Amino acid sequence: MEVKVLEDTQAGVAPTGDADSAISIRDLKKSFDGREFVMNGISLEIPKGKITVLIGYSGTGKSVLLKHILGLLKPTSGSIHILGQDITNMNTRQLTKLRNSFGMLFQYAALFDDMSALENVIFPLKEHRREMSRAEMVDTARARLKESGLDEKHFNKQPSEMSGGMRKRVGLARALALDPAILIYDEPTTGLDPVLTEMVDNLIVSTHNARKGTTSVVVSHDLYAAFRIADYVAMLDSGRVLLHGTPQDFLDSDIDLVKRFVSKGVRKELQVHTDAPSEK
Amino acid sequence: MNQESIPQLPKPTGFVPWYLGARDRFNRAFDGFFLWLASQFRQFIVDIGMLARFGIEGFKLFATRPFRWNELVIHMEFIGNKSIGIIMMSGLFTGMALAYQIYLGFKIVNATSLVGPTVGMGITRELGPVLTGLIVAARAGGAMTARIGSMRVTEQIDALEVMGVNPLQYLVSPRLVAAVLVMPLLTAIFDFMAMFGCWLICIKLLSMDEASFFDRTYLWLEPYHINEGLFKAAIFGLFFAVICTYRGYNTKGGAEGVGTATNRGVVLSMVMVIVADFFLTQMINTFYVVFGMNGWK
Repeated sequence: MEVKVLEDTQAGVAPTGDADSAISIRDLKKSFDGREFVMNGISLEIPKGKITVLIGYSGTGKSVLLKHILGLLKPTSGSIHILGQDITNMNTRQLTKLRNSFGMLFQYAALFDDMSALENVIFPLKEHRREMSRAEMVDTARARLKESGLDEKHFNKQPSEMSGGMRKRVGLARALALDPAILIYDEPTTGLDPVLTEMVDNLIVSTHNARKGTTSVVVSHDLYAAFRIADYVAMLDSGRVLLHGTPQDFLDSDIDLVKRFVSKGVRKELQVHTDAPSEK
Repeated sequence: MNQESIPQLPKPTGFVPWYLGARDRFNRAFDGFFLWLASQFRQFIVDIGMLARFGIEGFKLFATRPFRWNELVIHMEFIGNKSIGIIMMSGLFTGMALAYQIYLGFKIVNATSLVGPTVGMGITRELGPVLTGLIVAARAGGAMTARIGSMRVTEQIDALEVMGVNPLQYLVSPRLVAAVLVMPLLTAIFDFMAMFGCWLICIKLLSMDEASFFDRTYLWLEPYHINEGLFKAAIFGLFFAVICTYRGYNTKGGAEGVGTATNRGVVLSMVMVIVADFFLTQMINTFYVVFGMNGWK
């Protein structure tokens, strides 16, 4: 699939029109008070089986867009198709069913603090795989934790006893528990030191590579990390998509805001990494 | 309009007496006060409506699949079992103090044999449910708000939603049902311990006649007195559980938000228990009158 640098239109940015999209957003508008629009006509096609990073300055609407994708917010106008299904008119029951196709790693992992690492991963299985026996659930949870790189000796630890990196691993294992088709990472490296940031980036790429066909969406304002892991990058500004393309498209862009963002966020040596790290 | 054609007020020179424009200032303050009062009243009505909707939705979801029996037992254990010690202690000393005070009063009119039934009626109808409501609202209600509030600010509730789990059904419904079921049981324990305290004071300390104590208590204390208290307790459980879970569920901000929500939840719950007690007493009395039962006469 070829994603081009998109031209600005009156309604925002036109989608690529590719039918092979995991998430398809068309002319999405959102206003909380009926006057100001947080989302101002976003159109975006997120391709299947690729890592797409949504970047932008703080307050540009990344989190609001994410909440729309997850069905936690209803748009004022426009449509969102997830795996071919329009979610804008779905009721709670249909949304709940669809959310089984999502796995999400939260910014601070959002682990249930009254459960151990293992119990955290078992939880979605208990809720949605009631046909599984307890032993099967434990085996699956242990496999997911190992896949996320957590040492077995930490399996029974409470979240309060774990480091930030360990929590991210457990959060990722929990997100993977139901074998989701779409993995969403909400600012996964915010607040982490450079070593942990690189570890989380590598984890995202290795998880993506290990699960063929999984679509990964990473919301971040860390352009350095974005360029290391992304197949495609979409930049948001003022509730619109400013640019959607490959990391190289970003480096070549003439748009002033993109140039400023790139010059602030990417070190020179990074340019050698811009050929995608994931197996395209 | 030409600027020069507008009549200009003379510029104040020197001293301006305080009463100049005082009426306008008073009118503005008066209007402002009533506008504020009206907005507060409107907000109060909105809050009551939101609380009612939240509570109804919570109960409705308890009756829908998947049933949350495990969570119900966990919360019954937390609200009930873990409150038994404090309830027994409070009941014992409330009964003892009340018995002694009533004894001092009744001694004047030589009616000390009525201490038992008087304490019994006071405890089972009023003090038992009210004090149990206040104690459990402070202990378990505060913990509910803090727990759900901290889950909200650390995105755990969002995580539940993204996982396809209804957070209202998972977190709120079992707590509401648990509070309604457990409160009458705790009140019964409070009542029993208070009567035991009363017996200790009357029989063991004041050496009153034990047969007379039991006979008079049996004669005057009716089962519906006890039932009235247990019914009130269930309603208090409903009130504090709805208020505390609502506050926790709608927590905003970080740790400070959790603290504020907990504080407001507990204070409002305790006030509601006391206010609701008065109205429930009136309602139950009306019920007794309408159905010809030997209630408040």
